[in-house]
Amino acid sequence: MTRRLWHFHGGLRLEGHKAMSMHEPITDAPLPQRVVLPLSQHIGAPAEPEVEVGQRVLKGQRIARATEYVSAPVHATTSGTVVAVGERTVPHPSGLPAPCIVIEADGKDEWIERQPVRDYESLDPSALRNVIREAGIVGLGGAGFPSFIKLNPGPDKVVDLLILNGAECEPYITCDAMLMQEHPRRIIDGLLVMRHALQAKHCIIAIEDNKKVAHTVLVNALQEHEAEFIEVVQIPTIYPTGGEKQLIKILTGREVPSHGLPIDIGMVVHNVATAAAVNDAIHEGTPLIERIVTVTGEAVDRPRNLNVRIGTPFSTLLKSAEWREDDTDEVLMGGPMMGFAVPDLDVPVVKTTNCLLARPRNQPHRQPAMPCIRCGQCATVCPALLLPQQLYWYAHARNFDRVQDYHLFDCIECGCCAYVCPSHIPLVQFYRFAKTEIWAQERQKEKADRARRRHEWHLERLERKKREEEERRRRKKEMLRKSRAAGDRGKQAEIEAALARVKAKKAAQQAPRNTDNLTEAQKQAIAAVEARRQRLQQGDDGES
Amino acid sequence: MLAAILVLTVLALLFGLLLGYASVRYKVEGDPIVDQIDAILPQTQCGQCGYPGCRPYAEAIAKGEAEINRCPPGGEAVIQQLADLLGREPIPLDAERGEAKEEPTVVVIDETQCIGCTLCIQACPVDAIIGAPKQMHTVIREECTGCNLCIPPCPVDCIHIVPLEEDISTWRWPEPRIDLEQPAETLEESA
Repeated sequence: MTRRLWHFHGGLRLEGHKAMSMHEPITDAPLPQRVVLPLSQHIGAPAEPEVEVGQRVLKGQRIARATEYVSAPVHATTSGTVVAVGERTVPHPSGLPAPCIVIEADGKDEWIERQPVRDYESLDPSALRNVIREAGIVGLGGAGFPSFIKLNPGPDKVVDLLILNGAECEPYITCDAMLMQEHPRRIIDGLLVMRHALQAKHCIIAIEDNKKVAHTVLVNALQEHEAEFIEVVQIPTIYPTGGEKQLIKILTGREVPSHGLPIDIGMVVHNVATAAAVNDAIHEGTPLIERIVTVTGEAVDRPRNLNVRIGTPFSTLLKSAEWREDDTDEVLMGGPMMGFAVPDLDVPVVKTTNCLLARPRNQPHRQPAMPCIRCGQCATVCPALLLPQQLYWYAHARNFDRVQDYHLFDCIECGCCAYVCPSHIPLVQFYRFAKTEIWAQERQKEKADRARRRHEWHLERLERKKREEEERRRRKKEMLRKSRAAGDRGKQAEIEAALARVKAKKAAQQAPRNTDNLTEAQKQAIAAVEARRQRLQQGDDGES
Repeated sequence: MLAAILVLTVLALLFGLLLGYASVRYKVEGDPIVDQIDAILPQTQCGQCGYPGCRPYAEAIAKGEAEINRCPPGGEAVIQQLADLLGREPIPLDAERGEAKEEPTVVVIDETQCIGCTLCIQACPVDAIIGAPKQMHTVIREECTGCNLCIPPCPVDCIHIVPLEEDISTWRWPEPRIDLEQPAETLEESA
């Protein structure tokens, strides 16, 4: 069955350099003594550690959880002891450190209890997505977007077509090709799970026509399944046909809108390795703890594909590919077109590390850049239908508004323009520079807005405090005034009461109390005393 | 003659009413130019411009009371944007107001020296310092605008300025440097 194919604009026919790393079957890389697991190996919020230093962990145990929707958990990739939770250098063009969990392996490689899903078809798609989310699966093609999100079409969206991307268009990289050759069943079973989660009507596995073996193997493997809704399609080898939007264009002739997603036109694209990881998560209960990495380039003597535990240092892999360190100019993570030079080779393999490319010293050096002659070759090859010379112009002039008018953010950084540029201008670097600069400006703007709001709240708070203080003072004054008014009356009454008490006391003194029940003699004695007192008083009065 | 006067009077009344109604119906709250200026200012709230915050400075610019070159944290970029907005010529930064900042900074409190006097908390324009009397204070890094207003009141000088370090999420690709002179010369020579 042949399917009608379309073309995307531009693109390049590049020399593949793929055969060199396909002589040997995929081999397991040596178990590292120490694994470094970055908390952010995906697009979205970093995972939050849930282990402590000194804690023993088992292989496959979740050690960091996803706290936000766009995020992915991280699992221990071997059994051992957590020796550090902190900053380590990670594979990133900046060479900057990022939070990681470091596990010292105990060599036992002891699994945690795994719970495969017995009958995934009886599971609700959302439950299935949750299993995939918990397995920490992200897009293994390169970007590392959490896969469960791309398996969630959202309400009232129908997925007409699920595409498995086995194009692997970039030179040197062969990890997907080898996976398809050696594990076709895992891919197909994973595809069936994905299809169930998406309720997709039709599925295509797209393979470039330079991977004849992979194609044949997958077609044969499919014959065992009764799945007439899955189609294996050979596509022409044109770089970058593995780009999501380019692949959709080739297979269906349709274009994903600018700033849109494939789901907007009823399509979803996943990498073949992601499908295999989904299969492992569902049918074996295995989280994403290893991946296949192509270790290749002219500076290694034994280029091949290794099945690597995530967290293994790059240097370990290079050594097992018989790397000639002295002869190495630079090591790229990713391919020659879209990869970046790794500043530090002790960084760990992460979920998105598909290839290590060691480039030798004797290669012709990049020629110095010359002025743009506006030949337009870049625009001819641009697969995103952009005007690279204009983007360069405005990025160079730091005119970031204009550069966005020319749809900078539709650029997939495939590098075709820089490859054909007769002036050897590092065009992609300009686009990357402009993109991160625009993001920085946006962040700054956001921060300024937040500072403005906080300052407003601050002023409001001061105002409120002042108001409250005034109110308190006013109330106190009033109370004082009130109490004084009430107090005047009260004091008078008190004085009166005291006077009355004194008067009563005096009155009581004038009438002695012990005058009851007296004998006649006592009465006479008292009378005598009273008479004498009277007399004395009168005498005193007379004297004075 | 009379008819003409009548017609004109009626027309004048009619348009007067219309304008009056429009001014009530389409009344703009606040001063939009102040908002636009305020949106350009960096919101550091540092007061280096001589006004108690970015908005008062924006209001002063809008009224024509202040020049557009009094914002050191904003530097050349802000002056340029203000000049574009207001249709004025960009002028160099007023040196009396301070020097433009090359890199963003924040402050940190040396917590071993902090005596918990709360003076810095009162000085912070964005409430980015937390603490209580006789309790250690600390700066919320994400909210600090780098205005440095908290530094003078500190009686033990335990607040320090540090550059806001980049991490992976804020890292920017360096601008590619193209040394065009060399090839240009060779081109000329060959020509």
